[in-house]
Amino acid sequence: MLSYTIKRLLSLIPVLLGLTLIVFFMIRAIPGNPAQIILGQLATEEAVAELTKQLGLDQPWYTQFFLYLGGLFSGDLGQSLRTKSPINEEIWPFLAATAELALCAMLIAIVIGVNAGIISAWFQNSWFDYVAMILALVGVSMPIFWLGLMEQWIFAINLEWLPTSGRENVRAPIDAITNFYIIDTIIQGRFDQLWIVIKHLILPSAALATIPMAIIARITRSTMLEVMKSDFIRTARAKGLRMFWVVYKHSLKNAVIPVLTIIGLQTGLLLGGAILTETIFSWPGIGRYIYEAINYRDYPVIQSGILVIAVIFVLINLIVDLLYAVIDPRIKYN
Amino acid sequence: MKKRKGIWALVLMLLLSLALVGCNSSSTSNEGEPDDSTDDNGTEETAAGGQLVFGRGGDSTSLDPAATTEGEAFKVTVNLYETLINFGEQDTEIHPGLATEWSTSEDGLTHTLKLREGVKFHDGTDFNADAVVYNFERWKGGDKEQFYYYNSQFGDKIDSVTAVDEYTVEFKLNTPIAPFYKNLAMSPFGIASPTAIEEHGDNFFKNPVGTGPFKFKEWRENDRITIVKNEDYWQEGLPKLDEVIFRVIPENSARLNALATGEVDLIDGVNFSDKETIESNPELQVFERPSLNIGYLGLTSTRKPLDNKLVRQALNHAVNKQEIIDAFYAGAADPAINPMPPVVAGYNPEVEDYEYDPEKAKELLAEAGYPDGFEMELWAMPVPRPYMPEGQKVAEALQKMFEEIGVKAKIVTYEWGTYLEKANAGEADTFLLGWTGDNGDADNFLYVLLDEDSIGSNNYSYYKNDEVHELLLKAQASSDQAERDELYKQAQVIIKDDAPWIPLVHSTPLLAGSANISNFLAHPTGSDLLSSVEIKN
Repeated sequence: MLSYTIKRLLSLIPVLLGLTLIVFFMIRAIPGNPAQIILGQLATEEAVAELTKQLGLDQPWYTQFFLYLGGLFSGDLGQSLRTKSPINEEIWPFLAATAELALCAMLIAIVIGVNAGIISAWFQNSWFDYVAMILALVGVSMPIFWLGLMEQWIFAINLEWLPTSGRENVRAPIDAITNFYIIDTIIQGRFDQLWIVIKHLILPSAALATIPMAIIARITRSTMLEVMKSDFIRTARAKGLRMFWVVYKHSLKNAVIPVLTIIGLQTGLLLGGAILTETIFSWPGIGRYIYEAINYRDYPVIQSGILVIAVIFVLINLIVDLLYAVIDPRIKYN
Repeated sequence: MKKRKGIWALVLMLLLSLALVGCNSSSTSNEGEPDDSTDDNGTEETAAGGQLVFGRGGDSTSLDPAATTEGEAFKVTVNLYETLINFGEQDTEIHPGLATEWSTSEDGLTHTLKLREGVKFHDGTDFNADAVVYNFERWKGGDKEQFYYYNSQFGDKIDSVTAVDEYTVEFKLNTPIAPFYKNLAMSPFGIASPTAIEEHGDNFFKNPVGTGPFKFKEWRENDRITIVKNEDYWQEGLPKLDEVIFRVIPENSARLNALATGEVDLIDGVNFSDKETIESNPELQVFERPSLNIGYLGLTSTRKPLDNKLVRQALNHAVNKQEIIDAFYAGAADPAINPMPPVVAGYNPEVEDYEYDPEKAKELLAEAGYPDGFEMELWAMPVPRPYMPEGQKVAEALQKMFEEIGVKAKIVTYEWGTYLEKANAGEADTFLLGWTGDNGDADNFLYVLLDEDSIGSNNYSYYKNDEVHELLLKAQASSDQAERDELYKQAQVIIKDDAPWIPLVHSTPLLAGSANISNFLAHPTGSDLLSSVEIKN
């Protein structure tokens, strides 16, 4: 298992290298000169030329690429063209904000999605099954923009239960330590603030959870149905085991692998794909950080931002692969 | 054995998380009862009479006003820095600012300004003539690319800036600059602390220090900027607020939602269509920003068949402006006739608009040699701006109007940076765009947007007319306002006839705030000074 893990980690190197190269070229394919955009509409031609030079954008692409790559190897993500700050420092709060949101969303999606899938399979063709699967279909095709605004309208404006947007009450801001506000408020013993943080998390994570929840529910249901048709389940039933245990213990364990795969993929997707949710709920996350960078042609930020997300994505999937072996002893990595 | 443990752990985890979510949602619903949610959201306890949260669509790019052209930056810096000359509360007339009095020599080449005494920067540095000279030297001598506004408004025309004594500054020019004092009042020319500039160097834009009513406290990128009361502000009793937080809420409807729940107190970028809803809510109020803008459809005069004046005039006749205003501005706009709004001195009210007349348009097209119309691209702005809240829809409306005269317009759009760059390169046949004035001077509209010198910067339609060029340069150099007005009026007549644009609207941008806010006056330039604003809690 250890050697497998190391092998997998090593195999990440060419993957990430290739990825870096693709991102590098994709960004340069976007029309627009960053120097021109940084300087704005009023800039003179000479000024643009000078800044282009200053930013190293006049050098051939391979020089630029290898300079960037060299930086990466020494753990340097580069410097933002716009804010002139090192991306290593700058990116963390945005990443933490999105991670907190995505983890909450996945928690909701997994708990509700898996259970809904299980119960639907258990009581196949019952009214619960129908309702759950229709909801799942609606969930998959839900436009997040609309959903987010509706949530705000119902739960914030009409019911006045929850705030509409942001991560915290800006009138009494939280002292950021880890930038995971749930952790920060607990460390500081500010449970009043913890409650505010949770309230801010509910609407956006519910919106973000919708699609993965629906997908998870559908996958869980179909794999569970398959497993429950197998012989060992019939034997278990014949033994007189209670249905609850048959479903939640014997069937689920055998159905969990595809579900886990989907969960891994979806978690990765949420990290990069939370941009719509981040926009509607003005969540200062990594999606909007990269989006703003695109508007300013802030090449280093776009490159490194995408790279960071990609690395996390790959790592999550590695963890999922390793979990297979933990859950199913028949799977062995040598 | 091992197998067992695994599954139990999994089941346990599932049940635990189920329980967690359960208690989460149940406590959510419990909490609906009394009003403690507002308490938790913090409106009451912490806002001890003086906290204002200003919700806006985008973050600032820099807090060094001289080094940016971005409106979102000036919204903050206008409260941190002060200029030598001030604009009026809701107009662009000139008033004393950090300079108390000023005089100009006969030839218009020497300006002498007397400075306010006893003013200090936030870091304790004295404000005096040396500080002013330092700032101008920085803008003039610094990286040229960094200080565009200095270069566009003053550039090489300022020969020297000298400190005559501690509180007198003298500007020597080589060419008169007619809007000299109006330029000085622009936000980019806020005077910054020399000590702080030295100390922070390249990072000054993140550590702003001025003399303004508020001091910088914190900037969390893409999230918020917090500024706090300057206790030592030279104007007695100001500012009224203790703290202002500029919060980024990108989506217009979400921003209004946040206002409705009291998470923010004041928002800009209000959809015109939301005006009625806000007005009908007794807890909210609408603020109107006096119009100093123009939204237009540019007709690139280097592209066929738009290089033909008759074609451009024909397109002008095809557009029903009032219909567009009623549909997309909820009436909060006036049809535009000239390239600048009527409040700007030198506006020519005698210029008549091309009346909406599709028949006449068709005749003109036939005369130009296009009896069956032609095909062209119509570029739709991808971002909302006060002068063009819904680019795509306005483009569709125009498309329909053009179709009536046989012109088939294909709507195209790009991401904003690309849009500007491509349009600037003359790649668009016709394109939607607009402009908000910086200083309320005619030069800031006509020269900046339509002079041949501005091709490649803001003259996107590649309009070029020698006569207009001459008039505009003459007006720029004249210090006689009556003469300037006359020159600008002549220029507008020629421009109207040449029809490089279809001027569409002068809109009245809307803001909204909680009913507790008083003394808020929206400034036409878009940078709102918040020093007299009060909020009752």
